Amino acid sequence: MARKPTEEKNIPTTGHEWDGIKEYDNPMPRWWVWVFYATIIWGIGYTIAYPAWPISKSGATPGLLHWSTRGDVAAEIQKFTDMNADLNAKLASADLTALDDDAALKNYAVQYGRATFATFCSQCHGSGAAGAKGYPNLLDNDWLWGGDIETIRTTVTHGIRSAADEETRIGDMPAWGDMLEEEELANVIEYVVSLAGGEHDAAMAEAGKEVFADNCAACHGDDATGDRDLGAPNLTDAIWLYGGDRDSITETIKGGRAGVMPNWNAKLSASQIAAVTAYVHQLGGGE
Amino acid sequence: MAFLDKHKIIEKNATLLMVLSLLVVTVGGVVEIAPLFWIENTIENVKGMRPYTPLELAGRNIYIREGCYVCHSQMIRPMRDEVERYGHYSLAAESQYDHPFQWGSKRTGPDLARVGGRYSDEWHVDHLTDPQSVVPESIMPKYAFLADRMIDGRYIEDVMRTNVAVGVPYSDEDLENAVADFRAQADPDSDSDGLQARYGAESRWQSPPVNVRNFDGRPGISEMDALIAYLQMLGTLVDFSTFIPDASR
Repeated sequence: MARKPTEEKNIPTTGHEWDGIKEYDNPMPRWWVWVFYATIIWGIGYTIAYPAWPISKSGATPGLLHWSTRGDVAAEIQKFTDMNADLNAKLASADLTALDDDAALKNYAVQYGRATFATFCSQCHGSGAAGAKGYPNLLDNDWLWGGDIETIRTTVTHGIRSAADEETRIGDMPAWGDMLEEEELANVIEYVVSLAGGEHDAAMAEAGKEVFADNCAACHGDDATGDRDLGAPNLTDAIWLYGGDRDSITETIKGGRAGVMPNWNAKLSASQIAAVTAYVHQLGGGE
Repeated sequence: MAFLDKHKIIEKNATLLMVLSLLVVTVGGVVEIAPLFWIENTIENVKGMRPYTPLELAGRNIYIREGCYVCHSQMIRPMRDEVERYGHYSLAAESQYDHPFQWGSKRTGPDLARVGGRYSDEWHVDHLTDPQSVVPESIMPKYAFLADRMIDGRYIEDVMRTNVAVGVPYSDEDLENAVADFRAQADPDSDSDGLQARYGAESRWQSPPVNVRNFDGRPGISEMDALIAYLQMLGTLVDFSTFIPDASR
């Protein structure tokens, strides 16, 4: 038997009826109604406390708490800046050559430098600083521009051939392909291959020695051991930035090389630069 | 409650119900969106922002065509970790000429909003050609073919006109010189004074000088040139050493 609770319990209906179906007119549960009113009051309070009403052209009401996303992140950054302010100030102005005398500062610098290196330097020099073709290995003793700590700092600060910094390091390895005769090129390539002990044609290398003295020695030195003031690499140590096989050397001599390192003074703070310098210096090759 | 009794009319008329429902839902949209059109600080005025040069715009189209946005966002969120890794948080103004914008927070690759100037052109060539050659742990695919696809900018004026149609303020002069500017930017030996006058330091935008280089180091203008030109200017237009953030935002 179908139950008809409406009639039995005598609950009022809305008076609508569709095909015999009626709609109860029960009151909302009391708890629900109160929560609903509470959210309205909370909402009004929220718009007073926080930025909300777009009442003027210049922006929304700032709210009594004066909260903003930008203020929030600025405060968060400030908190950490303050926390390390003393160490960073000390690091930025420290004499890095005497860093070994201050174990605590050195430890801080190396750890900070490690994080900075991973974020900004590892993309070219590799996560382990071993470099890649065209990007120097920072673990060995071979330095283009010098490996003492202040020289490294200068390199990090101003970069190499970085157009955005007037004090950047400039060294020019021109494209000799257009400037030398084919025979001269062949001979000097043979000579450069011979320098680091590669297999070579002795007669051609001997002829190339003269070409080298006339054209290359000005930067790479008479003995081909390079010149750090010019970023000219040592060609006798069998450590090659762009490869030491005959094809790579040919490409380098004919086409020239001009690797670029950005000037990090535009993106990093003085203390970050000091930190990453200290980190790179202690990797193994520091002088 | 005579008025409320009338809802029978709405309930028995589906079309009327839909129209009125739409009106009710619209209220929410109007309240949330409409004020952005009259509040002046919706996009704050920052010095240096300019529309893309023709070559950069071509590079941007390649970036979108290749789906770079699937892995790389261009939106540094205002959080300490992001600011420390990527640089100053992005401003609305910095993507005001982006159609479409490249915002997002899903980062399979790093955010690129401020990648400009961070690496050398050679690095970008090496990295696009074979990402693992410089970043062994990278999962990025190779884009070596970009260097072989030559472009001549024949459609770039049309692209710029399309941007004008959606509100990018290229001037008639910018449009007339589109192809010339396109070629000049990729050739360091060219006369790029016009390009600099339209987009550089002396331009109406007072932007930093436009990068004029042979970006891929090879003869001719390839898609690689255009893409690197675009990447190397990302996030470099606003000088944050002089920028004072409006604290109320």
